[in-house]
Amino acid sequence: MIAIEIAKLFRRPRTWLTIVLLDALPTLVAILLAITHLGPRPGEGPAFLSAVLSNGSLFSVAALAIVLPLFLPIAVAVVAGDSVAGEAAAGTLRYLLVRPVGRTRLLVAKLSAVFVFVGTTVVVVAGTGFVVGRLLLGDQPVSAAVTSVSGSTLSSGQIAGRIAIAICYVAFSMLGVAAIALFLSTVSDSGLGASLGALAVLIGSSVLLTLDAAHALQPYLPTRYWLSFVDLFRDPILWRNVVHGVGLQAVYVLVFLGAAWANFTTKDVTS
Amino acid sequence: MITTHELTKRFGALTVVDSVELDVQDGDIYGFLGANGSGKTTTVRMLLGLVLASSGQIRLFGEPMPKAASRVLGRIGALVEGPAAYGHLSGRANLMLNDASGNRAARGSSTDRARRVGEVLDEVGLGGVGRRPVKAYSLGMRQRLGLATALLRQPELLILDEPTNGLDPQGIGEIRQLLLKLHAAGTTIFLSSHLLAEVEQLCTRVGVLDRGRLVVQAELAELQAPTGRIVLRSPDVLAIATLLGDRVVEIADDQLVVAGTDPAGLNGWLVGRGLRIAELAVQRRSLEQAVLELTGPSADRVDRVARADQIERADQTERADRPDPP
Repeated sequence: MIAIEIAKLFRRPRTWLTIVLLDALPTLVAILLAITHLGPRPGEGPAFLSAVLSNGSLFSVAALAIVLPLFLPIAVAVVAGDSVAGEAAAGTLRYLLVRPVGRTRLLVAKLSAVFVFVGTTVVVVAGTGFVVGRLLLGDQPVSAAVTSVSGSTLSSGQIAGRIAIAICYVAFSMLGVAAIALFLSTVSDSGLGASLGALAVLIGSSVLLTLDAAHALQPYLPTRYWLSFVDLFRDPILWRNVVHGVGLQAVYVLVFLGAAWANFTTKDVTS
Repeated sequence: MITTHELTKRFGALTVVDSVELDVQDGDIYGFLGANGSGKTTTVRMLLGLVLASSGQIRLFGEPMPKAASRVLGRIGALVEGPAAYGHLSGRANLMLNDASGNRAARGSSTDRARRVGEVLDEVGLGGVGRRPVKAYSLGMRQRLGLATALLRQPELLILDEPTNGLDPQGIGEIRQLLLKLHAAGTTIFLSSHLLAEVEQLCTRVGVLDRGRLVVQAELAELQAPTGRIVLRSPDVLAIATLLGDRVVEIADDQLVVAGTDPAGLNGWLVGRGLRIAELAVQRRSLEQAVLELTGPSADRVDRVARADQIERADQTERADRPDPP
């Protein structure tokens, strides 16, 4: 069932269009940087953009940083929000359930497909970023040393390892969004409603993060530690926020998947 | 095959299905009749475990639903409230996906599945449809694809909700033949419909749902029992009427309705007196009459309760609009 759901997702032209669009923005940024050489000053603008002017290899991480705040969560929310509600709206949900496919099994398959989508998207964005960065922004051999965010020098092996961890961390950060959208997708028969609901949560979270009065809430907001993957490029790695981020996402995933399961397995399917 | 006991579904304060006791026997073609909104579809959804009953029990093949859903549903083919498919894929791809989703034990290898899908497509008349995506199908083609989905696993029981919706007369005839063929091969069919003619032509047993209650469940022949009258057509209507006197119940143009249960005897008697008979038959209750007698007004009709002051106001406006007579 999991393989079928993954096949269904990737046979949809829309899925590939989403991935292509996600790659388009970092590519555009790379082109603009290559033409103008006007990087943001260190500490301003998206993370790493100031660093990539000297070394294109880091652009894979910069690409993730560009799509992470908005584009990536939108894509994940759209796909996860559509996963159950889309079947309900098309009427195919009832035919799956009477085949029969157990409700828990269907939910697990949908969830796995969404997770595979998240992983694929993040890897494709990072890969595109790497290629585009190397082509457009300087092609020092990968073996050349890279300067860390802290100012010291990192070997290419260290950098490769850290990029891999960063990719995993960004993908994991998206699972919270996926779980929220999947839960809403079992509540609503409209995929759009579920996606927008999940985005509303994220936007709300981002707004509260800028508000000093919400200080007590901030450690629990889903977007709080998203950009902490930058800490992976400090020397030595600053693990604290990354670990907090993973823990927080795990709690969101567990709570919302539990809610999705409880709701979906006891729901009247009237669509 | 299907039995329910006091099956009830409430949505909030609204009781949609009320203590329904269905009894569908092995080998029936069961016609499940009811107006739009009478609770047919909700009942069908409960049978299939899509909607969970508020109270009461369902047994399919003697096993409790929805508890035994994973065992029982594989033996059932269903068409619920219209067909549905992924629009961007072909009919064949849709069937392959649907078939592959089922229990691992029952789905077999992919060559098995391809063969099975080819067979059902031929059966419903879509064998040559090729790679066209479902979004380019006509309503009738979608309906056929829906039936193909139901027939995929050679089910022992077919639960079909309005299976001829959207089909043209030829298509309806074809589907009827297909269902009769499947029935002859041993499939039990539960057909939910509001088309009385369709049920009358196909079914052996009938249940009628009226605003959530099962008002009758009987053999079709029982519902169509003779009324104890004979209908007679003749050019000599007036002569016959005078002859039969007060046995005549109704008279119109060239047609008489006469009390009596022996058409052959009446025929011989009249012909013996030199009267010409064009047509003579026992009067039977039509299914439509039987159903209309048993049910209330259409469930999707929501009449406004007229208020006295509104009527009065309407009267006044009408009067004001009317020009004075010259």
